[in-house]
Amino acid sequence: MTSTLPTSDTPVHLAIALDGTGWHPASWRRTGSRATEVFTGRYWTDQALTAERGLIDFITIEDSLALHAGTPFGPAPVPTTSRLVGRLDASLVASWVATRTERIGIVPTITTTHTEPFHVSKNLATLDHVSLGRAGWRVQVSARPAEAAHVGRRAAPFGDVRDARDLASPEAQAQLRSLFDEAGDVIEVVRRLWDSWEDGAEIRDAATGRFIDRDKLHYIDFEGEYFSVKGPSITPRPPQGQPVVTALGHQPIPYELAARGADVLYVTPRDDEDAAAILAQVRELEGQHRTADTPLKVFADLEVVLSTPEHGDGAARLRQLDEVAGEEFTSDALVFAGDAAALADLVQRWHALGYAGFRLRPAEHAIDLPAITDALVPALQRAGLFRTAYGPSTLRERLGLPAAVNRYAASA
Amino acid sequence: MSTPPKQVILGAHFPGVNNTTVWSDPRSGSHIEFDSFRRFARAAERGHLDFLFLAEGLRLREQRGLIHDLDVVGRPDTLPVLAALAGVTDHLGLVGTINATFNEPYEVARQFATLDHLSGGRAGWNVVTSSDAFTGENFRRGGYLDRELRYERAESIVRAARHLWDSWQVDAVAGDQEHGRFLADGTVGEFGYHDDHFDIAGHFNVPRSPQQHPVIFQAGDSDGGREFAARTADVIFTRHGTPEAGRAFFRDVKSRLARYGRRPDDLKILPGVTFVVGDTDEEAAELAADIRRQQVSGQTAILLLEQVWNRDLSGYDPDGPLPDVEPEVGPSSIIQGRARHVDDARAEVTRLRALAEEKNLTLREVAIERGQRQAFVGSPETIADALIDAVQTEVSDGFILVPHITPGGLDAFVDQVVPLLVERGALRASYAEGSTLRDQLGLSAARPATDWETAAAAGVRKESA
Repeated sequence: MTSTLPTSDTPVHLAIALDGTGWHPASWRRTGSRATEVFTGRYWTDQALTAERGLIDFITIEDSLALHAGTPFGPAPVPTTSRLVGRLDASLVASWVATRTERIGIVPTITTTHTEPFHVSKNLATLDHVSLGRAGWRVQVSARPAEAAHVGRRAAPFGDVRDARDLASPEAQAQLRSLFDEAGDVIEVVRRLWDSWEDGAEIRDAATGRFIDRDKLHYIDFEGEYFSVKGPSITPRPPQGQPVVTALGHQPIPYELAARGADVLYVTPRDDEDAAAILAQVRELEGQHRTADTPLKVFADLEVVLSTPEHGDGAARLRQLDEVAGEEFTSDALVFAGDAAALADLVQRWHALGYAGFRLRPAEHAIDLPAITDALVPALQRAGLFRTAYGPSTLRERLGLPAAVNRYAASA
Repeated sequence: MSTPPKQVILGAHFPGVNNTTVWSDPRSGSHIEFDSFRRFARAAERGHLDFLFLAEGLRLREQRGLIHDLDVVGRPDTLPVLAALAGVTDHLGLVGTINATFNEPYEVARQFATLDHLSGGRAGWNVVTSSDAFTGENFRRGGYLDRELRYERAESIVRAARHLWDSWQVDAVAGDQEHGRFLADGTVGEFGYHDDHFDIAGHFNVPRSPQQHPVIFQAGDSDGGREFAARTADVIFTRHGTPEAGRAFFRDVKSRLARYGRRPDDLKILPGVTFVVGDTDEEAAELAADIRRQQVSGQTAILLLEQVWNRDLSGYDPDGPLPDVEPEVGPSSIIQGRARHVDDARAEVTRLRALAEEKNLTLREVAIERGQRQAFVGSPETIADALIDAVQTEVSDGFILVPHITPGGLDAFVDQVVPLLVERGALRASYAEGSTLRDQLGLSAARPATDWETAAAAGVRKESA
């Protein structure tokens, strides 16, 4: 495969989004999908190692508290037997994978809606300790009635909204706003807890008998509309100080959440024009709401079905998959079906617009993940757009984020 | 010995935040870095012990309103550490403490099912409770639970979790690629659980794990705690490890099982014990005395006795006599974030004064003496004999070993005592391939949630009859 890309001096970041056997609903039915192995650790290790072989920045691991897919609106989904459903807890899979990999960043999905911020914070801090600074978090809100019913502590957010088209209604927008405001508070608390131990709080001073210097531990005293948390954390500051916080957004409210509290925002442009428009919108919201010194890193999400020597043309394979599924694959993100060179072109075009990176969703893990590693990555490397080796770095450093300054140490 | 002795169950506690750990010892490593956990777990696995155990804290301890700073402070999160350990071990049981008060059944059930999948059937859950507002300040719901409802909620969360774990049949995942049937039927995972504590329904989203139910551990000394364990748990942790107290506890707890249709072997009794291995008994005794002195500095002694007196004793000299003031008996506690374990402060103070008088002890020496846990101290032969004897004579079904150094604190035991236990037939010579934690502990297969409930209800009727 040849590529005619010019070289560039700002490298692009690549993440891979892992979910089940891949993002296409028929992926589980194909030979080699390992569908019944998705509930084993080994399966996830193998996916992560394939990505690591391609020097990928990080993997994300999808998660949900629901069994059957469905929308936040209208009646509960009818359980179907034809989809791959069921999943392990992403955060624990992440800690497991951390012991079987060396370099790749690991970013599990954890919801802010039905969890305790205190637990979320120490869970991710621990992933960072286990992985020696490779942890991140994919922030997610849970809007589905089924999830609320599973946890049983609150009503479903869009209880009365019957249709996604009603999402524009003032009531629905207020609910959405509230869901994301709460997520913003959770991010704030999780971040404060990460800082609630200064580096060097553990002194082991035999002379005075003190194990810690309690002046380097801080109450966070967060009080918000949804909850209050005292602190400090139980878990000392993670190696990165602040693991990388990421979120997916499709509209201004989540963009704003990311502008306020995230390091990376994933968006879903449909074409070049859309890509430019979304980025402009994000930057505008950033100007209004972001206090951090570092600009938000914006990644484009893409579904990928790549051509390979073994499996032929990507577009043809997508048609086969759709045929097996009995319906056309629809996604919130652009579905790219074609060869690695064309995808590399797209990556370069959007990168030139200002996209820091891409989160690729392999239609079939078994085929598209190796294709990204073996075909797309070399194409981008030849163009000078992608690293040729992992540097000895934390995920923050790899993404070009500055060293995390402890908010409490700074004010002391 | 003609007939092989009863198997000794052995767990290893990676010590947490109390004065057991002598952090000032140069051999004492990090309590946070994963490498410490890996080393510790591998030592336990080298000795083919049954399981590793992690405690949990949800608020840093405070005394006199200040964060306690004399002992190890801080720890990583229990479940992620166990999931990571699943990745670097093959056979060792992985048992973690997760609080029933500050967690919800759906999430906890998912996480333990996940750990059980990742580890191939080695997960265990130590169910604890807390209801203090102090801990609650770190959580959405605050300290909302009445003290007397703690066990009730704990039983309820375990019951709910068992329903969730039962909601996938063994053959629920059809995985039929050709006909496009991933699930055997659409009802997979269906559950509904409703009581005073939880009102939840829907579809659980983790398939049945190798053990189906992780092993349920519970620590409880009170009557309510013992009854909870008899009704609900597979293993009970206890502080009663001395022969006399141990046997009384053992008899009492085992006798509670029949009421719930359970056999004595269905609930394992494991006291936590410290140990000191020496070349000779004398050497071990000297070593143990040294360790005790290191564990109880003058300042630590003051803090430990403050928990008895329940008042500020910072003005007293640790090397002087016991305080001449009377204990503060009120509802407020000088220590927050841990149990005081003092039932009757006045009686305890009287006892300590008698002890000090009889042996002519200083304040610090009293604290050293008072805090002695059950310990196995001696040569490897002495310890092996004592362990085997304790299990033969029904002091317990085994022990949780609590080392005083992390992460190398198990090494002497594993290298010197374990071979003797194996030689004498009291401990497996190697792990059985593919055995779950349940198998290793000699427990039967998981009972369905509905069976537990029927038996518990019948038992409660018998109890009140």
